[in-house]
Amino acid sequence: MNTAAQHLQEQFDTSRQQIKAAKLGMWTFLATEVVLFGALFCAYAFYRYVFPQGYALASKHTDFALGTIETAILLTSSLTMALAIRATRLAQRKATVYFLAATAILGAAFIGIHATEYLQEWHEHLWPGKHFDESLRGVNGTEMFFTLYYVMTCLHGLHVTIGIGVLVVLAVLSFRGRFTAGYYTPLELGGLYWHLVDIVWIFLYPLFYLVSRT
Amino acid sequence: MTQARTAMARSYLSDGTTIRSWLTTSDHKRIAIMFSIAITAFFFIGGLAATLIRIELATPQGDVVSAETYNKLFTLHGIVMVWFFLIPSIPTTLGNFLLPIMVGARDLAFPRLNLASLYIYILGGIFTIVTVIAGGVDTGWTFYTPYSTMFSNSYVLLAAAGVFIVGFSSIFTGLNFIVTVHTMRAPGMTWFRLPLFVWAMYSTSIVMVLATPVLAMTLALIGIERIAGIGFFDPALGGDPVLFQHLFWFYSHPAVYIMVLPAMGVVSEIITCFARKRIFGYRFMVYAIAAIAVIGFLVWGHHMFVAGESMYAGLVFSLLSFLVAVPSAIKVFNWTATLYKGSISFDAPMLYALGFVGLFLIGGLTGLFLAATAVDVHLTQTYFVVAHFHYIMVGGAVMAYLGGIHYWWPKITGKLYREGIAQAAAVLMFFGFNLTFFPQFLLGYLGMPRRYHEYADRFQMLNVLSSAGAVVLALAYLIPLTYFTWSLFRGERAPANPWRATGLEWTIPSPPPTHNFTHTPQISDEPYAYAPDSRE
Amino acid sequence: MNIDEKKNLRTYLLVWIALLVLLALTAASAYVKLGSFNIVVSMCISIAKTALVMGLFMELRREHGTTIVFAIAGFFWLILLIAPTLSDVVTR
Repeated sequence: MNTAAQHLQEQFDTSRQQIKAAKLGMWTFLATEVVLFGALFCAYAFYRYVFPQGYALASKHTDFALGTIETAILLTSSLTMALAIRATRLAQRKATVYFLAATAILGAAFIGIHATEYLQEWHEHLWPGKHFDESLRGVNGTEMFFTLYYVMTCLHGLHVTIGIGVLVVLAVLSFRGRFTAGYYTPLELGGLYWHLVDIVWIFLYPLFYLVSRT
Repeated sequence: MTQARTAMARSYLSDGTTIRSWLTTSDHKRIAIMFSIAITAFFFIGGLAATLIRIELATPQGDVVSAETYNKLFTLHGIVMVWFFLIPSIPTTLGNFLLPIMVGARDLAFPRLNLASLYIYILGGIFTIVTVIAGGVDTGWTFYTPYSTMFSNSYVLLAAAGVFIVGFSSIFTGLNFIVTVHTMRAPGMTWFRLPLFVWAMYSTSIVMVLATPVLAMTLALIGIERIAGIGFFDPALGGDPVLFQHLFWFYSHPAVYIMVLPAMGVVSEIITCFARKRIFGYRFMVYAIAAIAVIGFLVWGHHMFVAGESMYAGLVFSLLSFLVAVPSAIKVFNWTATLYKGSISFDAPMLYALGFVGLFLIGGLTGLFLAATAVDVHLTQTYFVVAHFHYIMVGGAVMAYLGGIHYWWPKITGKLYREGIAQAAAVLMFFGFNLTFFPQFLLGYLGMPRRYHEYADRFQMLNVLSSAGAVVLALAYLIPLTYFTWSLFRGERAPANPWRATGLEWTIPSPPPTHNFTHTPQISDEPYAYAPDSRE
Repeated sequence: MNIDEKKNLRTYLLVWIALLVLLALTAASAYVKLGSFNIVVSMCISIAKTALVMGLFMELRREHGTTIVFAIAGFFWLILLIAPTLSDVVTR
């Protein structure tokens, strides 16, 4: 049997207290993540106000179709994550592992598609620096748009990659029967992290792909 | 289980004596001790830099160090004192040690995260020391762009990496405290029965957790700009250095409250104990702490009045800066009212606490001069600013930190120190501090700019006074080091409650057992239930 | 338990569909000329999506009040950062 009581650490009196602490801790950590990305969102907003034309022009060079597909993939991965936890609550170990694996694969697909996007943009001279497209450089703010685009999407990609690692570990632990309907706190915490990464992308998508399409 | 029982009775100091048992501990008390050693080391590194600065400034000519070295010295002094001493000082040492005990818990919510916080701090510290050995950094502790990103030839990346890393130590400690206060309070320990020290720690933690990530990101952007050569803040590429200042001060102004809120918590504990009175207006003290923490987030623009910030934003930031003085003033009034008709005794902790109140008052009021946009134009970038924030940080935070160390020393070590010499050191420190920094108010008012290693001859008199004060101050800082060391080996054994103070930490033995409490305590009374004559 | 989980399954699937519909909406809205209202629309949709993910996928609706406060605190502090910073650049 595997219950929450067996995982009780000595500083806590009850499992309920321990779970409450773990969840509050995770949510607080997620708040720090929001503020961490927030510095970049702040820079984005600041420069968007300064360079409306530059942003509009540069945004047209991002890949609308791929960006939308990536968003759909991440949203779906959030669904599979929620379903994985549901499967644990129903004590369906196999289903848990499958759903976690599906989530990780969707995450990997996201990274893969984004990598091709980066490559494509490299050929189109959209990376800031010496190779930056000369005609775009003529409009103030285009290079800043792409600087922000790369920094923010790379930081997000880094989080997705870490998330995939977490998912793999959780899948292995689930496979070994570490989690039961009575105890699955690490799974929940991993899930929270994954959903947050999804939320960050929910904002990145319109800010980079949809500035001006008309 | 039986092993756990015996461990409960044994003091945390004798529960395992190998180095390994210390380095791998998850006991909040041991982690606090290790933090205090690391922090003290950095205090003296930062102090050494300050000493060299004051030696250089004893004469108007730049005769001791070159301009470059001087720049590196004040940068080192700032970085070390801010991030490696002041910000972690009270939270990671006294907070770590006392917070779980004060709420009636056996440990923090995440003991291993607490240990990780220590090692992250040390890693950040190693980066900083390597920076110094490699040749130092000359940007000032503020890392202002575009100098830090485009022009400085010093080790900006290394230094920024050190600060970036130590930020996570701060975040983890804050997160741990928040969760502990929310979930681990003993039965009966309601929010309004918490000691003000816990309230101060809690508010500080909120600031740490929600401000530090912005600093981390901002420093990362400097790193990216330096390495990749892309222009986040580079005006040539459309960037705006003022944006850097916004992001930097969004963290670094609340950082002042990370330093001073814990100090206020310590002082509230000490003043009630040595005035033998209940704290005056407990709830207002709590609201004032919370108000300072929140409003403190909205005043950062007052660092940029002359940096190209819009006039209208400047006006709003100025107004909000005046507003944050209100809760600070409430606290000073309440401490004073607590003293009124108290039966005051002037033990060493109380001397530090009273020193804090006076110096914080001067520091706070001169802050109002600087918050006024018109006056700031005259005073900004002068020694007036330097004097102002040293009154808050050294006169305020360091005084309270030392007061707290003296107050809880018997609890932490189980030993008593010699009262007479401690009182003498406290008085000497107060005198040395004022001699060092009061002349700087005058220098700033007369127009001496900060951050230069040379100055006009007419400023020499006041600079000599200031340097003389620095010598006194340096000596005064060394005295506690000696008598504390003496007390560790030769001091008398401390009773559980040498000050006859209230509070859960005084109900358990000195030094406390590993798991703090043999039985989870039940709380049924407000904190600070002192009666005026309880000393007799 | 099983009835609850059946309900949960339905909720999760409905949330997922809603998220994809909202995604389609944002994408479509970008092709409508609204001037500066484009950003308002897309940010509102993003906030709605975030509310769905946080409330239902992350089960925030079943959490303690404290946890909810901390979950929102991060976003609130974001406003504290962005609004004053923008107030500077807008009024220069």
